[in-house]
Amino acid sequence: MSHLLEVRHVTKKFGGLTANSDISFNVNENEILSVIGPNGAGKSTLFKMISSFLPTTTGEVLYKGERISNLKPHIVARKGVVRTFQETTIFKSMTVRESIIVAQHLRARASLAGYFWGSRTAHEDVNSFGQYADDLIAFLGMSDIANEQASNLPQGNLRALGIAIGLATDPKVLLLDEPFAGMNHDETMKMVNLVRKVRDDRGVTVMLVEHDMPAVMNISDRIVVLNFGEMIAEGTPAEIQNNEKVIEAYLGSADDEIGI
Amino acid sequence: MIQWAGLAVFLLAIFVAVPAFIGASGRTDFYYTLTSVALLSIASAGVWLTFYIGRINIGQGAFALIGAYVSAILVTKAGMSFWLSLPLAGLFAAGVAVVIGVPILRLRGVYFAMISLVLTQVVTLTALALPITNGAKGITSIPLPGGVSIFGLTLIPDFATLENPRLAFYYAACVLMVLTFAAMYRLVNSRLGHLCRSMQQNEELASSIGVNISYIRVIVFAISSFLGGIGGAMFGSIAQSVYPSSFQVADSVNFMLNCFLGGLGYVFGPMLGTLVLYFGWDLLFELGRFQLLAYSSLLIILMLVLPNGLLSLRLPGRKGADK
Repeated sequence: MSHLLEVRHVTKKFGGLTANSDISFNVNENEILSVIGPNGAGKSTLFKMISSFLPTTTGEVLYKGERISNLKPHIVARKGVVRTFQETTIFKSMTVRESIIVAQHLRARASLAGYFWGSRTAHEDVNSFGQYADDLIAFLGMSDIANEQASNLPQGNLRALGIAIGLATDPKVLLLDEPFAGMNHDETMKMVNLVRKVRDDRGVTVMLVEHDMPAVMNISDRIVVLNFGEMIAEGTPAEIQNNEKVIEAYLGSADDEIGI
Repeated sequence: MIQWAGLAVFLLAIFVAVPAFIGASGRTDFYYTLTSVALLSIASAGVWLTFYIGRINIGQGAFALIGAYVSAILVTKAGMSFWLSLPLAGLFAAGVAVVIGVPILRLRGVYFAMISLVLTQVVTLTALALPITNGAKGITSIPLPGGVSIFGLTLIPDFATLENPRLAFYYAACVLMVLTFAAMYRLVNSRLGHLCRSMQQNEELASSIGVNISYIRVIVFAISSFLGGIGGAMFGSIAQSVYPSSFQVADSVNFMLNCFLGGLGYVFGPMLGTLVLYFGWDLLFELGRFQLLAYSSLLIILMLVLPNGLLSLRLPGRKGADK
């Protein structure tokens, strides 16, 4: 079968430093795939290349057989591959609802001039944006904070807001950047359930980059492990837990941080 | 409802009360002052729009100068009607903005500000060097705007035949200003305005949701420069002359200050800012050589006390408000 997302021999060099070296793996439709690895393993760099926020040095990323690497981020988003950020990257002075409305940019049918003159399509769009925003807010259980300004929200809600903004674009693949970072056990479990719900109810394929081992083992269908820029393992959580290379990477050297 | 009432009061004030007051008091020099304020506020509105996408624009003088020259050349050399040359001046400035904007709008913060600061000087020097702009001598004796009529119906009278062309210029400038700010209000509250806000707050996030940020930036910069070009062209027509020094770096800085002073979060900020700044400078004239000192000190104090501009005093939760 053909895979939804294919990472093919992707290498990234910053001057003399190799951040990613010949990484290849696939993401299947409707699965949750996690990329893990110790600090400095090159997870974030890989993540940015998949969303075209960074160009690859060599290799390519395909979505439905089409190259999406080395493009502009907005073009990748238009194709249906959308990334989220960590919690500081939000629209600070917008409310939750406003953020979700503006994030529906890709659903807009009227032209910018149409919105200016108030064309019929623009009116329909505006109504549909509001409706979609309310649905999404209900789906994510954010009704109580819908009209809060983003800068006033606590950290846990900001993460959910980031996912809401990503979901507002109606993506096929959602790339989550450390969705559990800095969360306690309860918050993590909530987020795990939310990500699962996004996959199950909205049919969104999820790829995430994460440190938090227990959460990753819990949520992932498959896991890709990076270490020093190289891919050292790929498999189900059970396979990864018993993989010698992975254990070595995480426990072998005292300098590496174990992401708990 | 309150907004409509406010609009009605404002329109009555500028179109009826001000001319009545000037007529009664005989201070016809106010026409020139207020016309200048109206035109400068149009150019400032453009600067405000570039602030709205998070760019500090200290280059509006360049586009005002371009607009003034384009209109002057079209009127004097091609014999075109001023009213036709006005939108063309705006469009030409917008076209230049697209060409310049594509490379420089990638820059952010102080880097964009520095480059934009250079633009005014570049246009001034270009005007000095080109034959068509007549170098340092500039273009003088520009005829007053002619009339416009459709099917024998006079829409705009010929300014040269009017008893009081100052009043006509005042009205024309006010109409342009009202149109500009109505369009700005509409724009800010339409989709483009929302996208601008998203980019002002976080360009990376905006591009991740599929916004073509470089395209929007260029569009906005072009609109901004269009307004600069219009304001400049009208100015040249009133002065009936354009020189390379008609708009200088100091003017560009003033356009930016108008926005700061009025409030970057408010569409009508540049209008109020221009009025206060223009009159503030004149009122301090009595201080003689201390004028600049007092003026700058007052500006610094105002920015410290009211970082969100004068309009933040009265309209705290108004739509389009940021920060």
